[in-house]
Amino acid sequence: MSENNEKCQCQCGCGGKDEREEKLVQIIKDCNYDKSQLMHILNETQNIFGYIPMRAQKIISEELGIPMAEIYGVITFYSRFSLEPKGKYNIAVCLGTACYVKGSQGILDKLKEILGIDVGGITPDGKFSLEATRCIGACGLAPVMTINEEVYGKLDPSMIKDILEKYQ
Amino acid sequence: MKTINEINEIREKTLSEISLRKDINYKGNEKHILVCGGTGCTSSHSDKIISKMNAIIEEKNIENVRVIRTGCFGLCAKGPIIIIRPEDTFYAMAQEEDVEEIFEKHILNGEIVERLLCKDIDGNTVKRLDELNFYKKQKRVVLKNCGMIDPENIDEYIAFDGYKALEKVLTSMTPDDVVNEVKASGLRGRGGAGFPTGLKWEFTKKAVGDQKYVACNADEGDPGAFMDRSVLEGDPHALVEAMAIAAYAVGATKGYVYVRAEYPIAVRRLQRAIDQAREYGLLGKGIFGTEFEFDLEIRLGAGAFVCGEETALMESVEGHRGEPRPRPPFPANKGLFGKPTLLNNVETYANITQIILNGAEWFGSIGTEKSKGTKVFAVGGNINNVGLVEVPMGTTLREIIFDIGGGIPGGREFKAAQTGGPSGGCIPAEHLDTPIDYESLSAIGSMMGSGGLIVMDDTKCMVNIAKFFLDFTVDESCGKCPPCRIGTKRMNEILDRLTNGQGKEGDIEKLEELAKNIKRSSLCGLGQTAPNPVLSTLKYFRDEYEAHIKEKRCPSGECKAMTTVTIDKDKCKGCSLCAKNCPVNAISGELKSPFSIDPDKCIKCGVCIAKCPFKAISRK
Repeated sequence: MSENNEKCQCQCGCGGKDEREEKLVQIIKDCNYDKSQLMHILNETQNIFGYIPMRAQKIISEELGIPMAEIYGVITFYSRFSLEPKGKYNIAVCLGTACYVKGSQGILDKLKEILGIDVGGITPDGKFSLEATRCIGACGLAPVMTINEEVYGKLDPSMIKDILEKYQ
Repeated sequence: MKTINEINEIREKTLSEISLRKDINYKGNEKHILVCGGTGCTSSHSDKIISKMNAIIEEKNIENVRVIRTGCFGLCAKGPIIIIRPEDTFYAMAQEEDVEEIFEKHILNGEIVERLLCKDIDGNTVKRLDELNFYKKQKRVVLKNCGMIDPENIDEYIAFDGYKALEKVLTSMTPDDVVNEVKASGLRGRGGAGFPTGLKWEFTKKAVGDQKYVACNADEGDPGAFMDRSVLEGDPHALVEAMAIAAYAVGATKGYVYVRAEYPIAVRRLQRAIDQAREYGLLGKGIFGTEFEFDLEIRLGAGAFVCGEETALMESVEGHRGEPRPRPPFPANKGLFGKPTLLNNVETYANITQIILNGAEWFGSIGTEKSKGTKVFAVGGNINNVGLVEVPMGTTLREIIFDIGGGIPGGREFKAAQTGGPSGGCIPAEHLDTPIDYESLSAIGSMMGSGGLIVMDDTKCMVNIAKFFLDFTVDESCGKCPPCRIGTKRMNEILDRLTNGQGKEGDIEKLEELAKNIKRSSLCGLGQTAPNPVLSTLKYFRDEYEAHIKEKRCPSGECKAMTTVTIDKDKCKGCSLCAKNCPVNAISGELKSPFSIDPDKCIKCGVCIAKCPFKAISRK
């Protein structure tokens, strides 16, 4: 966790003032500092930052009065929360039963082979990250994967290379 | 805040505008174009179709035509789906570029665009939605508004008898009357276990507490199931209204809906429904001018299957790790925030307004003696009509898979149907005529579950599918109790060996013993049912397990570690296409004479099988 205590590292000239942090503080305020809203706040944090950085955990801990350890425990319990940033393009292959039966494992294997990373990994240039997800509910299009918000359905392994090229 | 009279006025006015959707004899000149806006069709870009249609309407200043983004029609395999009413024309798999033609021909000149019409399994063109076999054996109670109304418009919900049940309950029934009506209906929990809903309501009503809650389990974690999502996306007010009725019956003033964050469209539409209901005074204080007060809040999950278990769900709503609590105390006495809580799932609630309006007797007339009403299934896997199906209880699997589902694609054989997801089991062909009800499915080693129904053809290995589900439970076990945390892991290790060709004598017996102990000693439903996929496949496909162990052979050829890829020397023409495409250079030979595969190099990826123009390569 190299980014302990670190401020925003952008070089946009904001002077380390991170609007995302302000947004988070506002969300907590909107929840009336209600501890039972922790899941909602973490979901929002995940949406704002793309992951849940240590500095965001600190803000939540201080504002809500919940120990850091407890927040860490909640984050690591739920698969949607991530402690690490994701790639510019996050690829999620559905391994729900309907997709699995239609060969989504082959899609995942092909992606691993082309990108040279494993599930949960990120390419060295930070461009692609890969995850396996459970049912996204587009079973009519099985097997399915998503790249950020875009859904790709009725896939077969031979289509993967062309799809990835769109993002190069 | 609207009064009863004002709501009735809205109902009449809106109904006059939208009744043409149900009236096949409508003679006016208006048309409604219904486009599916469920997750499936949205994924295949139905939103672009809608934008394009609205652009054309504006550009050409077309009057009397409305485009409505609806919930799921059910036939997801044919998406995006467009229905034009009142004539009920069914266009399947249309794309943005087809929209102009639809307008030019159909909307402006009344001429049907033949090439876009939906085709049934035999390739025959179907003009109208109700001509499809897919719909003939279905009965829509829970899904009655899905695909019929704009889910983001409360007036359309009100038009089709929406909030009428709430009005009836608040103005003419006591809480006891409501509980008794639900009890008399025979409705049972649709989350999977099938506990009588009315009893649950009675327990919560009788529980003592200064504050009570009603909660809804919309954390549809079973992979391959999307029934609840479709209700939330297609008819969110049905849930809001039912939860208000439940709150009145048990004496609660506040409700929580726990939804998966992975369902963004469902969450958005439900939030909109709650906002609209508040605006109309259908949530809040003094509903319909009575003393009754109720409000509803959404709480998001974040991808933990165990949170579908009722006590784990409550932990999660409170903002904690979703670890189950020991029961008793049951949620009816000590649930959310330690207060008496009624928890039902989405589909269970979605039946309530119908029971109140049409009566327990009507509801009891659908289904079987012990399982009343209908059940919604998300049918997927190796089946032609992937989609959402609602049938009366007692319908057989064969009817669902072959009559409604259109059978298995590619001329393959049916091998098994999996119900109940990671808690359920695989049902073989010999039980295809089993009627779908809670007891019959348990008797054959599966369970109703929440409604996921995955069909598998003869290329699927049953040991591998058992391993798939065990992988899932190992991943999703919360870790609180050792039998589930350690036991499922041990079972998975054995299955891993089996599918890799390293099975040992005694493995089956070890699996059975572990299964028995995990079922008996796990804390919650996740662990208690986790061995079911293994037990049911052992029961019906034991010979496959034995082949994996004794012969180191996978009969369906799915477990790659045990297969070899070989070239049939008689069929091979020596074209070298396989060798050129082999990613690991395992194939060699001389042009125009048979090639061969080096088994030590071969990674069994199957590329050569797909590329061979003479079908000379196969997996054994």
